[in-house]
Amino acid sequence: MEMEMVSGRPKTLLPVPTHYCPGCGHGVIHRLVAEVIDGLGIREKTVVVAPVGCAVLLYNYFDVDAYEAAHGRAPAIATGCKRVNPELVVFTYQGDGDFAAIGTAEAVHVAARGEKITTIFVNNAVYGMTGGQMAPTTLLGQKTTTTTSGRASETAGFPIRMSEMIATLPGAAYVARVSVSSPKNVAQAKMAVRKAFETQIKGLGYSLVEFLSQCPTNWHMTPVESVRWVEEQMVPYYPLGELKVPKEEY
Amino acid sequence: MGKVVIDEEFCKGCTLCINACPQHLLRTAKRVSKTSYHPAELVDPEGKCTGCGLCALVCPDAAIQVYREKKAGVKEK
Amino acid sequence: MTEKKFMAGNEAIAEAAVQAGCRCYFGYPITPQNEIGEYMSWRLPQVGGCYLQAESEVASIYMVFGAAGAGTRVMTSSSSPGISLMQEGISYIAAAELPCVIVNMMRAGPGLGGIQPSQSDYFQATKGGGHGDYHMLVLAPHTAQEAVNLTMLAFDLADKYRNPVMILGDGNIGQMMEPVEFKSPEKPFVARKEWIVTGAKNRPRNIIKTLFLDPVILEKRNLAMGAKLREAVKNEVRFEPYMIEDADIVIAAYGTVARIAKTAIKILREKGLKVGLLRPISLYPFPYQAFAQTAERVKSILVVEMSLGQMVEDVKLAVCGKSRVHFYCRVGGMVPSYDEIVAEVEKIAKEAK
Repeated sequence: MEMEMVSGRPKTLLPVPTHYCPGCGHGVIHRLVAEVIDGLGIREKTVVVAPVGCAVLLYNYFDVDAYEAAHGRAPAIATGCKRVNPELVVFTYQGDGDFAAIGTAEAVHVAARGEKITTIFVNNAVYGMTGGQMAPTTLLGQKTTTTTSGRASETAGFPIRMSEMIATLPGAAYVARVSVSSPKNVAQAKMAVRKAFETQIKGLGYSLVEFLSQCPTNWHMTPVESVRWVEEQMVPYYPLGELKVPKEEY
Repeated sequence: MGKVVIDEEFCKGCTLCINACPQHLLRTAKRVSKTSYHPAELVDPEGKCTGCGLCALVCPDAAIQVYREKKAGVKEK
Repeated sequence: MTEKKFMAGNEAIAEAAVQAGCRCYFGYPITPQNEIGEYMSWRLPQVGGCYLQAESEVASIYMVFGAAGAGTRVMTSSSSPGISLMQEGISYIAAAELPCVIVNMMRAGPGLGGIQPSQSDYFQATKGGGHGDYHMLVLAPHTAQEAVNLTMLAFDLADKYRNPVMILGDGNIGQMMEPVEFKSPEKPFVARKEWIVTGAKNRPRNIIKTLFLDPVILEKRNLAMGAKLREAVKNEVRFEPYMIEDADIVIAAYGTVARIAKTAIKILREKGLKVGLLRPISLYPFPYQAFAQTAERVKSILVVEMSLGQMVEDVKLAVCGKSRVHFYCRVGGMVPSYDEIVAEVEKIAKEAK
């Protein structure tokens, strides 16, 4: 019985053990993006802009040219790069602090300009790198190190649905929210990433894929418990699906 | 029909693959790997693995290679 | 193009940048330098360049970061409060060793302040401003023509040292209209840029980063930065000695104040007083040696600034007590008149007798 390999490490994902915690969503998301880069054959013209956060070291894992951005400023750096070399495929990879807090002006304006770049936005409802503080995406009632009694709207406001906000902007051509909490969701997430990159390549405008991602360490759960938490607690507030697609067919 | 190979250089023992396998053919090894994790391992004495690849889909560390029996006339992925 | 054009300083700086090969401009409107961005908005498309009005000065400086990393000559401009917003970005640009030019048309501060000229960002420009061990090279023009020359020089210096370079002017220099001519440099500096981010084709990937968690590595990088700055200190000092050969009293001033001082010196000389001006053109590196040598011969140095006393500290450092250092200032957007400077010098001359 001759066997062939049907699934393995994508070429663009370097064989370097990552620093991410066991079960962390970043690892899956990195792999999906690398698979899409391989599938589209664009490795040699792809540029990634790394965030501040757990994924700050992603340039150790992706075999593409990279910038490391200041916190929240990746869309501005990506804009500078893309405007100089429009034929490159430029994507930012950002967490909730980067995209939904300090970098929200840059997030809104990169979409408002219809900048032909892609953002992979990793929403794990917490600030991971710094030890588990509240994020703008933290759910009401969720306990974090700065909302030890659970997030209360009177003092800490309400979680932000970034994808819905960005989708209202005409410059945003493709907006989708996905998760990596189950094999089915992973497969659908990969399709969204591919569509986002194709949106950029076709010059249709700004593309955003928001990933609901698990953070077992700062949620104080096992990886298996954490993917269940994504599906049971996060998805009701952050619904999955394509919020906006360009009029053109794929 | 299929098999998976888990690379212990990358596996962190997160058990998401174990959770995903529809045939329950993966389990946490008792031994500790070089990287100080209990890696996942395939236990498939009856050859039930179909190479469905659901484990590899959820693996955060690209640690799993999935193999499937080559079928004549079937298009490659 | 050697015909003379009548242009405002801001516009002249923008045109000089384009002629020096600048093909990207990112900025945000703020008085008194809006003409720079406005000029770039129609001029850059003419040469196939990119003009983008960013959503803030913060976004602007990081767009500069991105474009510089992609290998193009790129510029931004702002005025004092906006330059404050850019400080983090400038630290990042210096840390990543990216070349760029930043124009600051100083206005009165602190806070929102006023829109009239001032020189109260000297410390911010020359001593740091952003966090960490780095320096921008800082050039201070005093006429529109000099602004043209120094802007073109700035792009070469930025590439030569892989460092941000600042043109430090004020609202006066930006708004005043004067005849200027644009002469292309005879030997333009062409930088080798194997480190730029253009897509990893046929080469290992390039990473533009500033995070180095291993202190052994980060110390090496910092020491290399120090060595680079020492090279700049050795090679890039620029100043203008004006009538100081026989002077008893030397005025120290830069930018707009230096121009006013030149008029004051004309009047003082007619009155029989031997006065000169030592005008720093490079504020970093500061012409310490020129001041030290001047202090050997001269009894009094009068520092005139539009600040509460910033450059005067560098003069005192250079002079090291060998000469008496006096200070006169106007702040809050007030510009000293030549009469005031004449009066101050006469006061010093009288005390010296």
